[in-house]
Amino acid sequence: MSVTVLLFGILAVVAVASGISTVMSRNPVASAMSLVLHFFTLAGIYLTLQAQFIAAVQVLVYAGAIMVLVVFMIMLLNVGREEQMRENPGYRTIIGTALGVMLAFQVGKTAFTDVAGRHVLPPGSAVTGTTEALGETLFKMYLFPFEAVSLLLLVAVVGAVILAKRKI
Amino acid sequence: MLQDFLNSAPIPLLSALATLVMLLDAMKRDGARIVFGFSVFSLTAAMAAAIYTMFLPDKTTAFNNMITCGGYGAYFDIVFCLGGVLTLLAARPFLLASNTEHGEFYSLILFSICGMFLIAHSNNLLTLFIGIEVMSVSFYILSGYLRTSRFSIEASLKYFLLGAFITGFLVYGMALIYGSAGALGYNEIYQAVQGETGARFPMILLLGMGLLIIGLSFKSAIFPFHQWAPDVYQGAPTIVTAFMSTAGKAAAFSAFIPILAVLTPESSSPVAAKIGMLLAVLSAATMLVGNISAVVQKNIKRMLAYSSVAHAGYMMMGLAAGSVRGASGIVFYVTAYMFMQIGAFILISALERGSEERYQNLEDYAGLAKKHPVMAALMSVFMLSLTGIPPFAGFFGKYYLFTAAIESGYTWLTIIAVISSVISVYFYIGLIVAMYFRESDVQEQDSRPGLAGISLVISAAGVIILGVIPQFIDKIAKSLF
Repeated sequence: MSVTVLLFGILAVVAVASGISTVMSRNPVASAMSLVLHFFTLAGIYLTLQAQFIAAVQVLVYAGAIMVLVVFMIMLLNVGREEQMRENPGYRTIIGTALGVMLAFQVGKTAFTDVAGRHVLPPGSAVTGTTEALGETLFKMYLFPFEAVSLLLLVAVVGAVILAKRKI
Repeated sequence: MLQDFLNSAPIPLLSALATLVMLLDAMKRDGARIVFGFSVFSLTAAMAAAIYTMFLPDKTTAFNNMITCGGYGAYFDIVFCLGGVLTLLAARPFLLASNTEHGEFYSLILFSICGMFLIAHSNNLLTLFIGIEVMSVSFYILSGYLRTSRFSIEASLKYFLLGAFITGFLVYGMALIYGSAGALGYNEIYQAVQGETGARFPMILLLGMGLLIIGLSFKSAIFPFHQWAPDVYQGAPTIVTAFMSTAGKAAAFSAFIPILAVLTPESSSPVAAKIGMLLAVLSAATMLVGNISAVVQKNIKRMLAYSSVAHAGYMMMGLAAGSVRGASGIVFYVTAYMFMQIGAFILISALERGSEERYQNLEDYAGLAKKHPVMAALMSVFMLSLTGIPPFAGFFGKYYLFTAAIESGYTWLTIIAVISSVISVYFYIGLIVAMYFRESDVQEQDSRPGLAGISLVISAAGVIILGVIPQFIDKIAKSLF
């Protein structure tokens, strides 16, 4: 068993555990913190898949920006311990379970059917996820849209100031 | 690389100048006048650059096929810049009267024109998307520019929420097309679609096309995605409405034409025929709904908003026709429409002068011919042109589109278009009748148009010149395809 597989196993277990803890925890703050841990383990899993860039973005965007929003919301709304939910299994539980079973079935089917050549990566795919390869594409092939996005961001910033500043 | 910059000169030039305008405003305290002058200069410079690139050979692209240069894009650049200059000239007196002049207004107009440039030049879905967003975000802000006005805020919020929602459609459509064609560039998509000639046209591609058409229909206010237009056009500052309803619509159609040319390569294939029929039905519904709703409006901005919906329907006829004649008809119509609609809105903005109550309702225009004979005469020119009465530009715009539709076999669509034009006579001519043949007892103080007068004269001159010698623009429009 190689180190990668071992690492993946550990990360996967932590990811699932933190995911369950996010859903099960009665305290919203604890829930949010479990979610942060979950995002970090996901980033780790991306790393084992050679996708450094996605891993970095995962940490920056999800564990960073989005979680800040979530925590802000919890603070602003001053959510305390969640009230005991009604225990009768409503239609939500039924639909949720059905969807979960479907997903598990699909994942299992994909994992255990042996498609010829599935385990052989196409040449060059190991480097497509790296930051280096991404930068190469971004600054050569897609240079123009990349620069044009700066215009969009500038407009958005100017707009935010115009609409929100008390005195202009 | 340098050649790329030269070939696409208007885009980098105007982007740089627009940023400079913003910086200038930040550096100079109370320098709105300088900012205004520099903005007009920037647009003129961009227009000159567009004329310079106009005669590049066909199919010139730049930056790895991300944008096309010359011809088609350059022509639209000129139209956008013209609209921008007309708007800016009229904006200054309007903003001064309502005491809200800030340099940001001018830079936002310039930024939105940058977005339109990207749209008209795009040769890749990515560029198209960024262009649409730059333009739309500028519009969201501009329509909420009068921050103390309830209507302005409402218009901005409504436009923003619906626009953000439609952006989802647009991106989803692009993603599905990417998933099916494996590329974002127009050339690659064209090849991929052309390869799909069999009976089994991929569902993903079809869905992507549908979503993309919905997204662009929203931007050009096509039925059933037009509901935002009356509210936003009414609530936004009149001068912004003038700009949005003309240049914004022109930009949406400048995206529509190449996209449909890519997605329906041969107009004989069954899928292309179906999409053509879909566009024809949308076009018929749009002009009927627009014109019939305009009949019952009391507010003039709302009436013109519905009329702009109807005009989008006329332009859609050219798309449904799917021929070179149809496309060149749209190009001509966009130019003609730019002058007449912008003229009408600028005239309203000059009359209302900073107040949100004056000259809003149709009855306020009763007896205008006595109070402001020149204004009334100009308004009549714009209204007659919007109706499509012969010596003015609107007539030839409709004529080219109607013949294109008939040539492609959409006779029924042309009949509906003629019927809806007849309906539109009621409210356009109704306004003229009110101005000339009805009396009003309200005494008005003098209202001079100031700089807006220049815009009005240019617009009226454009409407008349295009109506007298339409062959000139028509020839240019045909040479673009």
